[in-house]
Amino acid sequence: MRHLLLSLLMLLAAPAFAQDLASVLDANRDQIERPSRQTIAPVIEALAAAGPQAGAVLEAWADRRLGLAGDRFVIVRGDEALDAVTGAPVPGEVRVLRPNSGVRGVIGAALVQFQLNDPEPSRRAAALDAIARRPDATHLAALRAAAADPDPALAARKARLERLLTIRFDPDPRARIAAIEGFSGDTGADLQAVLNPLLATTRIAAPAIPEGANVAAELVPGEDIPEDEAYRLLVDAGLAPARLAPDAQKQALAAHVAEGAVGGVPVSELSDPARRDAAYDALADAGLVPPAATAAEAEAALASHRFADIYAEPDPGITDAARRALKAMALREGVQQAADLTLDALSLASIYFLAAIGLAITFGVMGVINMAHGEFIMMGAYTGYVVQTLIADRTLSLVVALPAAFAVTFLAGVVLYRLVIRHLVKRPLETLLATFGISIALQQIAKNIFGTQARPLTAPAWLEGSVGFGEIVSISTIRVAIFVLALLFLCLFLWIMKRTRLGLEVRAVTQNPGMAASMGINPDRIAMLTFGLGSGIAGIAGVAIGLFAKVTSELGSDYIVQSFMTVVVGGVGNIWGTLAGAALIGFLQKGIEVMNPANTLAAQTWMILLIIIFIQFRPRGIMPTRGRAAEA
Amino acid sequence: MLIRKHPSAMVFLALLAIFTIAVTLMSEAYGSGLVPTSTVKTLGKTLCLALAAVAMDLVWGYAGILSLGHMAFFALGGYMIGMWLMYARTGEIVAATLANAPIPPTPDELRQGITGQIFGVVGSADLPLTWSFAGSLPAQLVLVLAVPGLLAFLFGWLAFRSRVNGVYLSILTQAMTLALSLWLFQNDNGFRGNNGLSGLQNIPGLTDVPQSVISIWFLWASALLLAGGYLLATWLTAGKFGSVIRAIRDDETRVRFLGYPVEGYKLTVFTISAMICAAAGALYYPQAGIINPAELAPIASVYLAVWVAIGGRGRLYGAVIGAVVVSLLSSWFTGGRAPDLDLGFYRVAWVNWWQVLLGLGFVAVTLFAPRGLSSLVDALAGLRPPRRMGTDLGPDVGALREKEAEA
Repeated sequence: MRHLLLSLLMLLAAPAFAQDLASVLDANRDQIERPSRQTIAPVIEALAAAGPQAGAVLEAWADRRLGLAGDRFVIVRGDEALDAVTGAPVPGEVRVLRPNSGVRGVIGAALVQFQLNDPEPSRRAAALDAIARRPDATHLAALRAAAADPDPALAARKARLERLLTIRFDPDPRARIAAIEGFSGDTGADLQAVLNPLLATTRIAAPAIPEGANVAAELVPGEDIPEDEAYRLLVDAGLAPARLAPDAQKQALAAHVAEGAVGGVPVSELSDPARRDAAYDALADAGLVPPAATAAEAEAALASHRFADIYAEPDPGITDAARRALKAMALREGVQQAADLTLDALSLASIYFLAAIGLAITFGVMGVINMAHGEFIMMGAYTGYVVQTLIADRTLSLVVALPAAFAVTFLAGVVLYRLVIRHLVKRPLETLLATFGISIALQQIAKNIFGTQARPLTAPAWLEGSVGFGEIVSISTIRVAIFVLALLFLCLFLWIMKRTRLGLEVRAVTQNPGMAASMGINPDRIAMLTFGLGSGIAGIAGVAIGLFAKVTSELGSDYIVQSFMTVVVGGVGNIWGTLAGAALIGFLQKGIEVMNPANTLAAQTWMILLIIIFIQFRPRGIMPTRGRAAEA
Repeated sequence: MLIRKHPSAMVFLALLAIFTIAVTLMSEAYGSGLVPTSTVKTLGKTLCLALAAVAMDLVWGYAGILSLGHMAFFALGGYMIGMWLMYARTGEIVAATLANAPIPPTPDELRQGITGQIFGVVGSADLPLTWSFAGSLPAQLVLVLAVPGLLAFLFGWLAFRSRVNGVYLSILTQAMTLALSLWLFQNDNGFRGNNGLSGLQNIPGLTDVPQSVISIWFLWASALLLAGGYLLATWLTAGKFGSVIRAIRDDETRVRFLGYPVEGYKLTVFTISAMICAAAGALYYPQAGIINPAELAPIASVYLAVWVAIGGRGRLYGAVIGAVVVSLLSSWFTGGRAPDLDLGFYRVAWVNWWQVLLGLGFVAVTLFAPRGLSSLVDALAGLRPPRRMGTDLGPDVGALREKEAEA
């Protein structure tokens, strides 16, 4: 396609410039045949000025497809050879020219302006890409010389590229500073890539700071740089002799052991560093080893030299402008990262909320902590996995899995209540331990059924990918979906509690079971239903968590402590408290992770510590139960 | 005096002595060799676990504080002794290596060598500050009690002061052990991350003594420590202090209104129990040979509570029985020595199903035998609980219920 277009172009333009190109080629035949990097530039300029089809010649030359058939220049294309000037097929033997890479670089630079003026937009875009990928000083001229681009998007890109290249290559410092300042408000990675090298420094040690050097910072040994490192700089610069490393000293001593002593010091005494120094000094006095720089000499050398970071860029105005620009950029990036982080924290909080809400319900109504809650989450996730193996369509299987998980864990919760928890009324600690027994049994049963390896629970395609705003802020769609799910459950829960008969009865039993019972409410039945509801929500949370985490038998225990924390921090028996607790823990965890990004373990440690301290001040959580409903 | 008041302590000590002598006489080192060294180690470790269970019973069964983080103290004790064991042992090896060099090493070089050996796996070359005393056995022995004691004191002070109790307190203690284990898991905190401390079975200075002999020595030490811990716990619970903490368990508010400093009592018993746990851990891990942060996982502490509950809380021998029976059964089942059960349609491999059995068995014990295995002892002794006509001992969440109250 490219070549066809080029040939077409060549044919169209042939009459006007043909003579010119031919004469240029003829005039510089020797140079073109055996080009050299130093002298070829004028020839290429002349060729470039010789009209549009010269572009084809230059391109062929750079691609090692330009050849000589007799005394005519030909362009080799596949099996045939075409005359470079007329485009007519040329028979006979062709000797292909092979310019070296230096020359091809020069040709390439000249080609750029042809490509920038190419009528085909895709070729112009390709030329811009090529410049952006490997810019050099010649491109700047080419960019400036190129005609205005008719495509507005390409024109904008070209203008931006021209400004970027101005920063790097323009000989006039004022133009460069103006270009840097012209970019204010921009956070593009390409701009950073241009600005950062401007601030590159080298660390030097010298008797005095060189005249006219653009100093980034002068360094004081012992304060800005460790003394060892400063001395190493001196040694590297040849300004001071190397100090004797302990290992080298040891080797030197070992090499001169004679009759159980070194330099008059018995070997057995050499476990003392002071005696080692004495032995070495004795050897040095005897001329057996080179004398080592003493500590005092090293100190004097450090004091008599100066150390500095020097910018490679000599002009302080430019480095200042670049630093200012980068600083402003960092600020804007910080704001965007904060936004990104807030989203992350929100999604984490909604996961904790989903995981903890069931726990909070049962804790609120019965004062019972269900240690098997994590295993209900796991059960929900495995239900999702089983449904997915039965139904191939991902979306449909998800739609089926959510209610299925609810049903399975609801049933499990009701069975657990009927068989165990009912018999342990008013014994919360025993309930806690008994449900723990259930939890280890369930975990092991899951291991026995599904094995220890992780099972995949794949999200449908429309949940993959991510929603993004700007370059930095982005959040995966699954997390958005979980956020929506959490909101949905908040609303559902509020509706059940405030608008239904069940909710009314649950609230009555929470406040005063005895009174509720005398009003004709069966507290046992209500407790069972609440327990089932809490477990069912855990099952749904399990499906949601399983979508982004691997489904294993330990899935639940990964979230259970955080869920407990959420409930404890939030306060008992209040959905808003749970919400606040989840938000606090989610934001806290993300916040600490930011301060110590490499270490999520540390984040969790600190979070738990902070929560323990938090409990000091609000022992009953953020939103404690108040009034007559509160227990003593 | 103490013994006369509590004959069960006498019986317990006698049984412990008989057991220890019997194992010694059947050991490879001092007897017929009927009991292999690995079993001796398991028995020694079990005695340490029993002591931890006694400590747990002290806080839960007597003071009503269900701590789900007691294994943190146990493991901390192990870490403290493990630091000395590892440092001193590595020191011996490094010194032996460097002794072959033409120039004798300086103390600094020796320390460098040890540090490199110990911390090479986590990519660190400096000895962490926490290891400052690792070279000295007396200092580390003090730390075995001091560090967990201090942690328990601080945690208890914070928690009891703000009147956190019941389920909240359990969750908080669980969070504490989780936080500690996560902290220890980090490579840069100077405890070798998830590698933990290893090679603890090699006792410095005793390289020539075979493991069969060392294991018996450790069995004796464990038995002695268990006897001491048991007596201490008996003494604590026998006197007025014991009465007060039991009263706190059954009705905290009433004890407070009677003028007792409830927080002080709870803090004391919590700290003492943590220190007993730590001492048990310090003897346990040299026999186990390795310690890593997984030992502090919340689940380990819950198991401790399970042992006490199965054995029978609120009585010291119950805790010992629970710990011994459950942990020995556990190692028998998970060790693959239990024969598979063939149901015809399904073959029950106990390695896979033991956890299920334990979990369900535990639920059954909680439901049907709140006094646990020690109800067997009651049946033998002909003890009957008093008829309280359905009223419980106290309204607090940790209070003993009628079914599990003893005479």
